[in-house]
Parts: sequence; C-alpha cells; structure tokens
Amino acid sequence: MTSIDVVSLSRMQFGLTALYHFLFVPLTLGLSILLGVMESVYVMTGRAIWKEMTKFWGLLFGINFAMGVATGITMEFQFGMNWAYYSHYVGDIFGAPLAIEGLMAFFLEATFIGLFFFGWDKLSRLQHLCVTWLVALGSNLSALWILIANGWMQYPVGAKFNPDTMRMEVTNFMEVLFNPVAQAKFVHTVSAGYVTGSMFVLAVSAYYLLRGRHLELAKRSMTVAASFGLAAALSVVVLGDESGYTAGENQKMKIAAIEAMWNTEPAPASFTLFGLPDLENRRTDYEVKIPWMLGLIATRSIDKTVPGINELVGRAEQRIRSGLVAYDALEKLRAQPSNAAERTRLDSTAADLGYALLLKKIRPDIANATPDEISRAAWSTVPQVSPLFWSFRIMVGLGFYFIALFALAFVLASKRWLDRYRSFLWLALFSLPLPWIAAELGWVVAEVGRQPWVIEGVLPTFLAVSSLSAANIWTTLIGFVVFYSTLAVVDLYLMVKTVKAGPSTGEPFERPGARLLVADAAE
Amino acid sequence: MFDYEAMRLIWWALLGILLIGIAVMDGFDLGVAILLPYVARSDVERRIAINTVGPVWEGNQVWLILGGGAIFAAWPILYATAFSGFYLAMFLVLAALILRPVAFKFRSKLENARWRAIWDAALFVSGLVPALIFGVAFGNVILGVPFRFDDSLRMTYEGNLLGLLNPFALLSGLVSVGMLTLHGANYLSLKASGPVTQRAAQIARLAAPITIGLFVIAGIWVALGVEGYALTQQPAYDGPSNPLAKLVTRQAGAWLTNYRSFPWTMAAPVAAIVMLAVSPLLLRARHAGLAFIASGVAIAGIIATAGLSIFPFMLPSSLDPRASLTVWDASSSLLTLRIMLFVTVVFLPIIILYTAWVYRVLREPITQAFVEGNAKSLY
Ligand code: HDD
Ligand code: HEM
Ligand code: HEM
Repeated sequence: MTSIDVVSLSRMQFGLTALYHFLFVPLTLGLSILLGVMESVYVMTGRAIWKEMTKFWGLLFGINFAMGVATGITMEFQFGMNWAYYSHYVGDIFGAPLAIEGLMAFFLEATFIGLFFFGWDKLSRLQHLCVTWLVALGSNLSALWILIANGWMQYPVGAKFNPDTMRMEVTNFMEVLFNPVAQAKFVHTVSAGYVTGSMFVLAVSAYYLLRGRHLELAKRSMTVAASFGLAAALSVVVLGDESGYTAGENQKMKIAAIEAMWNTEPAPASFTLFGLPDLENRRTDYEVKIPWMLGLIATRSIDKTVPGINELVGRAEQRIRSGLVAYDALEKLRAQPSNAAERTRLDSTAADLGYALLLKKIRPDIANATPDEISRAAWSTVPQVSPLFWSFRIMVGLGFYFIALFALAFVLASKRWLDRYRSFLWLALFSLPLPWIAAELGWVVAEVGRQPWVIEGVLPTFLAVSSLSAANIWTTLIGFVVFYSTLAVVDLYLMVKTVKAGPSTGEPFERPGARLLVADAAE
Repeated sequence: MFDYEAMRLIWWALLGILLIGIAVMDGFDLGVAILLPYVARSDVERRIAINTVGPVWEGNQVWLILGGGAIFAAWPILYATAFSGFYLAMFLVLAALILRPVAFKFRSKLENARWRAIWDAALFVSGLVPALIFGVAFGNVILGVPFRFDDSLRMTYEGNLLGLLNPFALLSGLVSVGMLTLHGANYLSLKASGPVTQRAAQIARLAAPITIGLFVIAGIWVALGVEGYALTQQPAYDGPSNPLAKLVTRQAGAWLTNYRSFPWTMAAPVAAIVMLAVSPLLLRARHAGLAFIASGVAIAGIIATAGLSIFPFMLPSSLDPRASLTVWDASSSLLTLRIMLFVTVVFLPIIILYTAWVYRVLREPITQAFVEGNAKSLY
C-alpha cells in the first residue's frame, strides 16, 4: 500500500502548483476581456489613445500570460505523474474535458496570442480586434472546461463503477457537461478573474495618477476598470451565493464545515458571522449569528433544516456499511466474473463503494472492520474546519469590500473626479493584492472542503496517488518550489519595471487638448 | 457507428497523428532553440532566429498539451502508467517546458547582455532536453518498461531515472534530437535571413545523413538485439479495458512481425530514409519550403516506424509482460471514445484552418531590418 507520507507530499505538490498557476489565471481572464473592450473602443472611435492603452496593458498581459502557460503545463501532466490511480480510476470521464479544453480553448488562445502581439502592422483594425477577442474567448473557454472537470470532482454525475475495468465510466456525458456545480463554479470563477483584472488596471492607473504621469491613459483605463469591475464584483457575490447553493445541495459536509456547524440547524438556519471553532470538543464558541441567512444561502428557503456535522457523520456511517456490501460483492465477482447475483448486488450498492474504501486508511482487509473502525472512518469525512471557516469569511468579506470600492470608483469616474482624492487613489493602489487573496482562499474552500475525497463520495484522496517513493516527490517538490520562486521574483521584477516605464510612446497624450487632436488625426 | 474494436484502432491512429503533430509542429521550435547557439552569433542574429518562431511557438506547444489531454481521455491507464513511471524524466521535461515560455517572453525585455545570455542558454536547454527525453522515452517503450499491476489495477514501477538512460534509449534520444535539429534548420532556412539562413543550411546538410545513420543503426539494433513482445492470447478485441486478461510472451525479433505480415508497413521507414536524404538536396536547390515538408514527412515516418513495429502494444511491461498495455485493453469506454472522436472531427479541421491563416499572415521571413526596426516590441 501507499504510505501517508506520499499522500501528504502529493497533496502539497498539487496544492502548491495549482495555487501558483492560479496566481496568473485570474489576471489573464480579466485582462483579456478588458483588452477586448479597450480595442473595441479604439476601432469604433478611431482615437489613438485607446490603441495605446490596448498595447500598454497588452504588454503586462503578455508577461503574465507567459507565466500562466508555463505553470499550466505542469498541471496538465501532474494528474498522471502524482495521481496515477486517480487517472486510471476516473480518466474515462475526467480526461475528456481536459482534452476538449485543449482542442477548443488552448489552441484558440495560443494561436492568436502571437498575432495579438505581432500582428498590429499585418492586420486591418477589424481583423486585429477579432484576434484580441478570440484570445479572450479562448481563455474563458478554457476556464469553462477545466471547471467542468473540477465540478465533476465535487459532484460526480453521469458516471458509474465498472467492475470489469475497476474504474468509473461515463454513462451520460450531458450530465457531466451540464453539471450545476460546474456552471456555478464557472460563473463565480471567471467573475473573480474579471474582478482581478479590473483591480489590476485600477491600481496601476491610480499609481500613475498619484505620480501625475500618463494622466489621460490612466483616467480612461480607470473608468473602464471601474465599470467592468463593479459589474464583476456584483456578479462574484451574487454568483458566489450560487456556489454556496449548489454546494449546499451536493456537499452538505462542506457547508457544515465552512459554518463550523456541529449540530443540525433547525429551520430557518442562521449563518455564523463569527466564532471560534473548537475542534477538540466539537463545538464553536463565541458565535455571532445572523438568523435565517444560512437557510437562504444553502437551501433557498426558510423552512428546510441544514444538517450539522454530527448528523452527517451518522449518515456517512450508514453509507460505509452499505459500501461494505458492495465491496464484498466486488470481491466475489472478481473471483467469479460471471456471477449474475453478485453483479446485481454490486449494482445496487455501488454508489456507496467509495465510502467503504475510506476504511483502507485504517486496515487493508476492510471486510473485517470493527464498528469502532467504521465510526472512525465516518469521522474522517469531516474536512479541516478551521481553514475552511476562516478562508470563507475572508473571501466573503473581500467580496463586499470590492463592491464598495468599485462603486466608489464608478461614482468618481462618472463625476470626472478620479484625480481629486489622493486618499482614494492610495486605497485603490493598496487594494491590488486583495483579489488574489480572495481567489486563492476560494480554492482553499473548494478543495480543502472536498477532503477526504478527491472525487466526492467516490474515491478517497489517499488512494488516488501514484506508487512513488517519497524521495521522488521530495525531489520534484523542492524543484518546483525553487524554480517557481525564482520565476516569481523575475516576473514581479519585470512587471514592476514595465509599469514604471509606462506606455512607450504615450508622450503626446500627456496633456489633453490640441496635441491629443493632432495625434488622433495622425492615426 | 464504429464498434469498440474499430474505435480503438481509430484512436490508436489518432494517437499517432497527435505524436506526429507534436513532433512536426512543436518540433521545429525545439530545433530552432537547439540551434540558437550555432546559427546566431550576434544579438541581432539571435533575435532573428528567435522571432522566426516568436509568434507561433505558443500555438505549436498546444499540440503537446493536447497530447497529454487526449492520452488522458482516450488511454487513461497509459497516461497514468507512463507519466508516473517516467516520473523524474517527466519532471525534467516539465522544467524545460516551463523555462521556454518565460525565456521567449523575458529575454529581450532588458538591454542587458548578461540577462540575454542567460535566457539564450535557457532557450537552448528548453529545446534540447525535451527533444532528447522524448526520444529516450520512446526507446524505453521499445525495450519494455518495468511496471506491474495489482488486481485493483494499481500500478507499481520498479525502475529509476538512470535505468532509463541505457544505450539503446540514448540512441533513440539522439535520433530524436537529430530529426528535430534538421527540421528546425530547415525552418530557419525558410524563415530567417542572412548568415543565419546560411549556417542553418549547413547544419541541415550535416544533420540529415547523421539522422539517417542513427535511425538505421537503431533499426538493426531492434532487429538483432531487442526482444520484442507478442500476444499469445487475447480474449476479445472489444472486451473491457483490463490489461490483466491476456497472455504475452517475449520473443527475439517480435518487433519485426508486423513488417513481415504486412509489407506495406515498410513504407514508413522507407519514407523516413528517403525524405531525410532528399531534404538537404531540396535545400541546396533553394526549395526551403519543400525541404521543410520533407523533414516533416521524415519525422512522421520515424514515429510511424516505431508505432507500427510495436503494434498492438503501446507500453510493454518488462516486469510482467502480461501487464503490458495494448490497443485492445488500455482504452477508455466506447462512449468516451465516440464522444472524443466527434469533438476531434469537429475541432481539428477548424484548428488547422485558423492555424494556416495565421501562418499566412506571418509568411514573410524575418530580416535584420525588421528586428532593428521593432527592437522594443519583438522578442
Ligand atoms: C478558471 C480558470 C483555470 C483553472 C481552474 C485552471 N486553468 Fe490552466 N489556464 C487557464 C485557466 C485555468 C487560462 C486562463 O486559460 C490560462 C492561464 C493563463 C494562460 O496563459 O492561460 C491557463 C493555462 C494553462 C495551460 C497552458 C495553455 C496554453 O499553452 O495556452 C495548461 C496546459 C493548463 N492551463 C492546464 C490546467 C490544468 C490541468 C488545470 C487544473 C488543475 C488548470 N489549468 C487550472
Ligand atoms: C487553479 C485553481 C486551483 C487551485 C488553486 C486548487 C487548489 C488546490 C489545493 C489547495 C489542494 C490541496 C487540498 C488539500 O490537500 O487539502 C488541491 C488539491 C487537488 N485539486 Fe485543486 N485547485 C485548483 C484547481 C483544480 C482543478 C481545476 C482540478 C481538477 C480539474 C483540481 C484537482 C485537484 C486534485 C486532483 C487535488 C489533489 C487531491 C486533493 O488533495 O484533493 N484542482 N487543489
Ligand atoms: C460574498 C461573496 C462570496 C461568496 C458568498 C462566495 C462563495 C463561494 C463558495 C461557497 C465557494 C466554494 C464553492 C465550492 O464549494 O466548490 C467559493 C469558491 C471560490 N471563490 Fe468565492 N465567494 C465570494 C466572493 C469571492 C471573491 C470576491 C472572489 C475573488 C475575487 C472569490 C473567488 C473564489 C474562487 C476562485 C473559488 C474557487 C472556485 C469555485 O469553487 O468556484 N469568491 N466561493
């Protein structure tokens, strides 16, 4: 069997490389759309400054995009490298969205990104605009497909266990595609990307205004970012609620853990705004609750209860017992593949097979598990409460902050007061890292909340790894950390340098008025 | 529509097309990177070479990414076994592939000569390492790889990185480096200008006969010195994908059986050798475009030669030959293969169309004047 060490190391490696990849993803998602918007304005109005803006933000986009691509390649092969049993067990379903992502999205964005940078003189204005939008479309489609894959891990629909091949196989691909969890995740995640892109443009522009440089470019960029950012921030929060709702439907344990809710909340369930989860004694101290709120988020009703951790563990225990029946049938079937009775017995209980596999962490011969061991396995379905509880609250708090900030920016922009309040500009500048923090914490909520499952209810994480030695994984883990840290430093250095250098030929636009008109006419 | 057996054959062919796509499209980028220190002496020359692939390498690389995704979707157990088995080798490839995007993007952002020299070195490594390791991996596949399955199909691998670097595998690695260098040189002859083109052409004239030599030696080695694998019992061609249901033996010369049974398959190695020989002649006759096509066909021939000789095996196991992965027992379910075929048939032509359009827009060669005139915006 595989040792726990390998499991923790593999999880650490995946978590690190994924969180790192997701430092670059949201900016690509958001900035690509903003580039499309800016260039559209240029093509429609013919005003050169909008081309200048597209080119300048495009420069920063390019640096970020390269890092996104570089770190994405790791992700693509990592399932096979570190999660071999996972890849075998669910590849029949999970591989498809990944392959489709390549065909439909990556080819699009990667083929046209070259023309975006090198095609300015070779294409007509309209052609170049199309190229820019195709890059944006490609990035956003890629998010759709990868989140269909990830959504399936959270809510594995349309698939069934096949005892002949010892793996899950697809039964209904449409269910995989139109998985409600995937849809909710997609909208929430791309909106988070749009918030990130808008914040980036807002903060960098604020820096220019504070320095009194590139004023025309900065104000216009800020106006675009404020409007787009406000819409995106509203959508993140409204659709974040959608994520909560779908998770409430399918991953009740995740919701209970996020809420540190040990006992079932009677309807209408209240939302714990603040509290100190006490894991030892399985209770939450100093709770500040908002009545009804949780019922609304998780069930969209005020008359349904939201089950607590204790009750859910009880349900898990029943499913483990049912899963043991499936496991027994599977063993007999393997000895005698033509036994029809065992096949039906397996079919009727296969949905709980994964729960029985949880016992493998405790003993290899799970058929002989004692009631005490079954209870321990049932308690292992509770994810780590504290990181979930806090990550979720910080993310949500930031979500409301973004709405306020972008609303303020929007009002200032529409009154043309953007350069009036230096305190606002400083606030915008210092808010720059916040969307990244929210997005990374969002993934912590989604992924840590899924534990101990790698595929919810189907495959426990500790079984999903490759049979590698810990030394091998240490080697690559240290390799990635060293390599990625170096690249992060170089990337930040170049980003800051590019921002400081500013738009290359921006000088004619420094002062509005006559020179601007001259420049426009010259275009 | 097609039954399970036909579907598996189609996906075997598509896997071949994908590998060829990777080697032909991403291959010339790798080749150009390998050649960078040899064809370009000054900074301007380096930038000419780099910018011949500058706008297109990103799209080409997606062939490789799609390769990963498509193997995952169509041959999940192959994806799981190959990439976890070749773990550290894969890590080296990944490290090189991570360097490449950033090297392209970052290199010319600063005027500093040291900075640029570091990224030039990074580009060279990022071309050489994948080219070599992909070939080495192919060589090991032909020899058989030490893995086995338990009865829940969990794979254990009993080899290490050094074991991969055996003489035959290194020879395959060199074949791979040779063919991609040739391909890259042909590409540079087509798209670069001035001295870069001339040096590239010289290298192409050398690389072609060397690659022929290495390829022929590898072929003789396979015929005389490598034990192949043969299916002795296969329950059904459309049965469930479970590699443990069949029987396999190892036999000297078994990798030549397909060539004996189906002589038309000899077209692959013959095409490879002929095209390798013709390519430098075409270059001398100033048909760089045709020479580039010739080296592309040669690459396809070399990959097809390996694929056809081990068919129906995809990843033979030297530890437990019965566990070998074959076309008949390593695929996804029929439904998944059908869905993926549908998606491929719809999207691949679209991809080829827009890729062709992009190459047409960018058809002009890269000149010194162009690089100097766009010093800020180019790579
Ligand atoms: C919500 C969005 C999202 C998420 C969750 C992921 N990615 Fe990603 N990925 C993108 C959104 C994205 C992108 C926006 O399309 C990127 C980022 C920056 C970029 O250049 O393209 C990208 C790049 C990117 C690339 C390079 C593509 C190219 O060459 O154009 C690969 C191979 C992957 N990703 C693979 C993965 C895998 C296997 C993931 C799962 C573990 C993953 N990504 C998570
Ligand atoms: C890019 C955004 C993502 C981030 C930031 C992210 C974050 C994480 C984190 C923090 C973990 C570790 C959880 C733990 O061990 O407690 C993890 C695990 C994992 N995630 Fe994600 N994830 C992302 C996207 C995805 C996607 C899109 C998939 C699948 C398509 C995925 C599949 C996995 C797998 C297989 C593991 C390892 C098993 C596990 O520990 O659960 N992740 N991820
Ligand atoms: C009121 C505000 C918000 C609410 C109610 C909310 C809700 C949620 C929930 C419930 C999840 C977990 C989904 C799952 O279990 O799979 C989640 C995940 C996530 N959140 Fe939020 N969120 C909010 C704000 C934000 C903000 C401001 C950002 C970033 C700018 C963000 C980025 C993410 C990301 C990237 C994920 C992981 C992907 C996913 O599961 O969709 N969220 N959010």
